[in-house]
Formats: sequence, C-alpha cells, structure tokens
Amino acid sequence: MELFGQGIAWLADPANWTDPRNGIFLRLWEHVSLSAAALAAAIAIGLPIGVWIGHTGRGATAVIAIANIGRAVPSIGWLGIVFPLTLVAFGRGGLGFVPSVIALTALGIPPIVTNAYAGMREVDADLVEAGRGMGMREMDVVRQVEIPVALPVILAGIRVSAVQIVATATLAAIVGGGTLGDFIIQGIFVRALDRVVGAAILVAILAILTELAFSLLERRAISPGIRRGGQAAPIEPGGVALPRVAG
Amino acid sequence: MNADEPFIRFDWIIDNLGQIGQRLGEHVLMVVASVLIGFVISFGLALLARSHRWTYGPIIAVTSTLYAIPSLALFVLLIPITGLSLTTGIVALVLYTLLILVRNIVVALDGVPPEVVEAATGMGYGPLQRFWRVELPVATPVIVAGLRIATVTTVGLVAITTFIGLGGLGYLIINSGTRRFFPTSIYVGVALCVVLAVVADLLLLWLQRRLTPWAAAQGR
Repeated sequence: MELFGQGIAWLADPANWTDPRNGIFLRLWEHVSLSAAALAAAIAIGLPIGVWIGHTGRGATAVIAIANIGRAVPSIGWLGIVFPLTLVAFGRGGLGFVPSVIALTALGIPPIVTNAYAGMREVDADLVEAGRGMGMREMDVVRQVEIPVALPVILAGIRVSAVQIVATATLAAIVGGGTLGDFIIQGIFVRALDRVVGAAILVAILAILTELAFSLLERRAISPGIRRGGQAAPIEPGGVALPRVAG
Repeated sequence: MNADEPFIRFDWIIDNLGQIGQRLGEHVLMVVASVLIGFVISFGLALLARSHRWTYGPIIAVTSTLYAIPSLALFVLLIPITGLSLTTGIVALVLYTLLILVRNIVVALDGVPPEVVEAATGMGYGPLQRFWRVELPVATPVIVAGLRIATVTTVGLVAITTFIGLGGLGYLIINSGTRRFFPTSIYVGVALCVVLAVVADLLLLWLQRRLTPWAAAQGR
C-alpha cells in the first residue's frame, strides 16, 4: 500500500510537473491535445455517416456490421494495425502523433456512428411527416426535427467515444505518442513504480472527468420537452453503444 | 523496422505456431475465468439490488466509475494491493464486467411480465421455484445479451495485461510486435483477438438460442 504514498509524493513534487522534456504538464498537454484532435476527427467522420444512414436507412446493415467488427478490435489493436502502415508511409514521421491520432480516430468512430444511426431511427415517423407537411425541405427535417430529437442518443455516443479515446491515448506511448501513459509504460520498464502509480492516478482522474463533463453536457444540451425518463433499456449487442473500457 | 520487412511473414507464423497457440490459450483462459467470476458476483449484486432497491443506485454509480478508469491505470493501481500477478489481471477484468452484467440482469428480471409471475404463482410455484423455473428462463435473452458484450469487451482488455507481465495475445501485439517493429506478430495478435471476440459472441448467441427455443419462435 505504501506505493500509493510514493505515487502521491511523486505527484506532489513540482519538479516532476515542470520538466520541459518529460514533465507532467508536457505529457498532460500531449494527452489532451491528442485526444481532442482524435475526437474532433471521429465526430467529423462518424456523425455525418450515422446521421445519413439513420435518415435514409440506406447502407445501414453494412455500416453497422463494420462498426460492430470495429468494436471487436481491441483498443491496443488499433495502434498496432496503424503503426506499421504509418512507418512505411511517413518514415520517422510515422512515429508519435500521426499513428496515435489515426488509431484513436478509428477507435472513436464506431460508437458515434452506431448511436447517431440508432438515435435517428428512433425518431417518431409522425414527427418527420409533420415536418414535411409543414413544407420543410429534407435537410431542414434532418436539422430541425430529427437531430434535436435524436440528440440525447447522439451525445451519448460522443461521450462513449471521448472516454475511450482519452483512455486509449494512454497506450499511445508505445508508438512514441508521449501522453501520461509514457510515465506508466516507461516506468514499468525501468521499475520506477512511484511514477507508474502517480501517472495512473492522473489518468484515472482525467478519464472520470471526461465522463462527467460529457454527461453534464448531455444534460444541459437536451431540451426539457424531450427529456425522457422511465425504465432503463437493456444493453444489446449491436445496439446503442456502451462505453467500452479501453487503454 | 526495415523498409523491406513484409507486413506478413508466413514463415514466422509457421515456425511459431506453438507460441501463438500458447498465447491464444492463455487469452481464452483469462477471458473465461474473468467472465465466469464476474457473472457470479454480478448475479449476487443483481439479486441484492432487486431485494433492496436502494442499493441499485450506489452499485451502478460505483461500477460505472470503475468502468471509466482506463485499464492500464486500473491494472497499475492494483499492483500495490495484489502485486504483479495473475490475480491483479483477473481482479481488474472482473471489475470491468460488473457494470454491464449487473445492469442487464436487473433489467432482464424487472422485464419479466407481471402476468407471467402471477400465472406461475397461481399454478402453485413457491418464490424460489418460480424464480428458477419461470423468471430466470424468461429473463435469459437479455442476460445473455449482457454476457455477450462483457465477453467481447474482456477479449480486448486481456491484451492490455501484457504490460503487467501477462497478456495472452497482447504479448504478440506489444512485446514481440510493436516494441520490436515486427508487423507480422502485431497482425497475428490483432486478427486472433477479433476472431476470438466474434467466435465467443456467436457461441453465446447459440447458447441463448439453445436455452430459450421459444424466443426464436417468437421471432426475437
């Protein structure tokens, strides 16, 4: 148990935070910027796909099947798959940020796609008809009717994706991506367990904060008129994404 | 990695079939052990949550928080308690199964239609017999749905245990793969993880159909 004390002592030493080459501030910045870039890319790619197949129903089976296989790939597997490819494509530039951000984006897309799709499919068909009856164009139906109603499910997908990305960013250290995981992976290697435990505490806090921040956003973003209560739904394979532990 | 290193070296795969099989075996054992232990604990927690409703909120709050902790961090945070050991790996993997399993078991049992329960009571079933012979069978599809997700998740997580000296297929992905810039080992490890997840998922689906033949007849 004294290892916890050592971990906290490591965190309490300001010199460990400010080291410009291997300090906590640097690693934290790497962790957050890498995660933010990957989440932004995953939303930019996944959201239009999910919304489009949810709206039209076209290509749904194929896309959802691919997303489900995507979920069976272990988080560490994405880094492993991408790393040799970027090395060949970019040489030394294929280390660090590039393979990390590609792998984390790939990991983050499936929950966003499946949830956007599921959310759009759940929208009451009468609402869509009413929108059309009011003379809305197709894009307006999507933007002003379907997306607002589907928003809770869409945002839940983004939250799941964000937590997975932040968690898996820890593993980016093995391909030279730095992040707080660097302290853990290098630390285990050289048996510096104070660093390992200290960094693990930080990573856990960061992931839980991400979960809380996005839950809060979900609650604030949903208009009270469509807030649903009622019984919890069971978690089904191929259904709405549940946070998968990663990293 | 050399520029001319091929992505897949089949000769390496053939020469190392023994090692690959051994890692696969370790992986399967850890998944099975963790999901089984997780299921037993979750079943107990779910029964507790149903008999004392106020415990459900706290159980879900604690298990969701555990679920948000990155696995590498959780493995490491258990080292001070259980050391660099198989126990550390299994304990963390079990903790990750709890949220999905407890939630699905509770939702499944809550979802048994009251008229079914009443009919069973009317036929003279006592509470215990009614639970085992009526409520549990009716709840099985949703419970197995939870088991499927927990199992697929665990297959991925076992790979991370390679950082604490265990690892199964994770050893192929990290230690002999990424760290040595050897793509063949990485791709073999990842491919077997995906195959294992899909096979486990299909096996559980098959099990569910065997256990609840009437559910298929209703077009579920």
